[in-house]
Amino acid sequence: MKADIVIVGGGPAGLAAAISAAKEDINLNILILERDSELGGILNQCIHNGFGLHTFNEELTGPEYAARFEDQLDGLGIHYMLDTMVLDVASSVVTAVNSKEGVFTVECGAVVLCMGCRERPRGALNIPGLRPAGVFTAGTAQRLVNIEGFMPGKEVVILGSGDIGLIMARRMTLEGARVKAVCELMPYSGGLKRNIVQCLDDFDIPLLLSHTVIDIKGKERVTSVVIAEVDERSKPVPGTEQEITCDTLLLSCGLIPENELSRSAGVKINPATNGPVVNESFETSIPGVFACGNVLHVHDLVDYVSEESGRAGRSAARFVKANKAEEGPVINIKNGNGVRYTVPSFVRVNELDGDLVIRFRSGNVYKDNYISVLFDGETKLHRRKPIITPGEMEQVILKKDDLTAAPSEILIEITEV
Amino acid sequence: MEKRELTCINCPMGCRITVTMEGDDIIAVEGNTCKRGFVYACNEVKSPVRTVTTTIKVTGGVVDRVSCKTKEPVPKNKIFEVMDAINKASCKAPVAIGDVLIEDCAGTGIPVVATKAVSPA
Repeated sequence: MKADIVIVGGGPAGLAAAISAAKEDINLNILILERDSELGGILNQCIHNGFGLHTFNEELTGPEYAARFEDQLDGLGIHYMLDTMVLDVASSVVTAVNSKEGVFTVECGAVVLCMGCRERPRGALNIPGLRPAGVFTAGTAQRLVNIEGFMPGKEVVILGSGDIGLIMARRMTLEGARVKAVCELMPYSGGLKRNIVQCLDDFDIPLLLSHTVIDIKGKERVTSVVIAEVDERSKPVPGTEQEITCDTLLLSCGLIPENELSRSAGVKINPATNGPVVNESFETSIPGVFACGNVLHVHDLVDYVSEESGRAGRSAARFVKANKAEEGPVINIKNGNGVRYTVPSFVRVNELDGDLVIRFRSGNVYKDNYISVLFDGETKLHRRKPIITPGEMEQVILKKDDLTAAPSEILIEITEV
Repeated sequence: MEKRELTCINCPMGCRITVTMEGDDIIAVEGNTCKRGFVYACNEVKSPVRTVTTTIKVTGGVVDRVSCKTKEPVPKNKIFEVMDAINKASCKAPVAIGDVLIEDCAGTGIPVVATKAVSPA
């Protein structure tokens, strides 16, 4: 089999990358390989609203947002294969398997990695206690409730205040379960403010910051969990233990980009994001292999995934057409005070097709501080932010014209007042 | 004068809005970055509303449940009545996005519409 561009994964990133690549050059042969039996990825189970305000200026649910993209595929001649698992990626050949074709290879000019991310499971959290039924990741519970139509339990404790956990606190409550508490190890929530308001506050569900689960009880099924307050070093504080009767524990303790394929392909990984190191065109350390969406870094807004993936798709199309700009200056982007990582990591100025969007996350909560951008030590941008938290991605946009002067380094930092 | 601090829930920006009230009258709305935020703040202090998103039973389709939402936000204190009405209802495949599944949900005057397509089995 042959294709100009193979897209690994048909979720929001893959759909947006495929569409923008096809719009860049309608004659390109673009193939999406998706392991699920439908396109749309995680959007299919995200039936809540709040998607698309940036992209469509409308508030859509996940399935509606996905449909807006899926509806464009046929018109653009984009091919896709469902129930197909990619086994191996190299820059010019992708190996996959499905039950009709068996194992097959696709020779291609470029690959876009759009595998998304996975939830951190119980095994990665070191929660002591027994191993009864009734412990689910929040996303698994979301799939059970929203797609399969099963309720995982009736009395629920949620560990972790990531957005899926918050959304599931509301969802379980709406379906008649009692959510007794959401515990968060950190002194701040990992989710969006709006979700704390509309998912917890609306239903009087307590959010216990600096708390964690220290024991799970129950032989066949969860019967209770023991929670405790934690100190600054995340150690349980003796004497603060409380036992909460429940039949279900949901885990919303972080998402990890799914980079098994990237790693075996030899793509360089950024330890701060667990995603590939990319340049302004979302190209990884292997020429012709691009990455976008949650496989690159975990986003809180699908709108940003779509925008980023659009750029990755266009870059892949230009790569296939060997439409390379003249070599020019390369600017490194450095993480300054309070900045955990940036995407991209470096910029080739001549390859920029518009303004440069730099996205990043902070390592802590900062109130009434400034986001500063320095070109070779000289302050270029200094913007006041009332609040910066690790749970909300930040961005700065730099004009292409400002970059032609080509500093050798751009430093992004949070300056405290 | 009373000041109320709100977090806008219209989009993930989560703007912090301050509404200044004089009795029942809104004197000022500050902190919103768009018109939706202004509308949200005015509603929230007087009669808060929420869009309900859930699933509804579907018969004769490739799947058994289809996702749906109230076409407009419903009063916050009606959320559980709306859920009840949706859980008692069902629809038949095929379903297209935007199809009205319940005309007037739980006396709110607001319809429930499908948010996903379901093909017949």
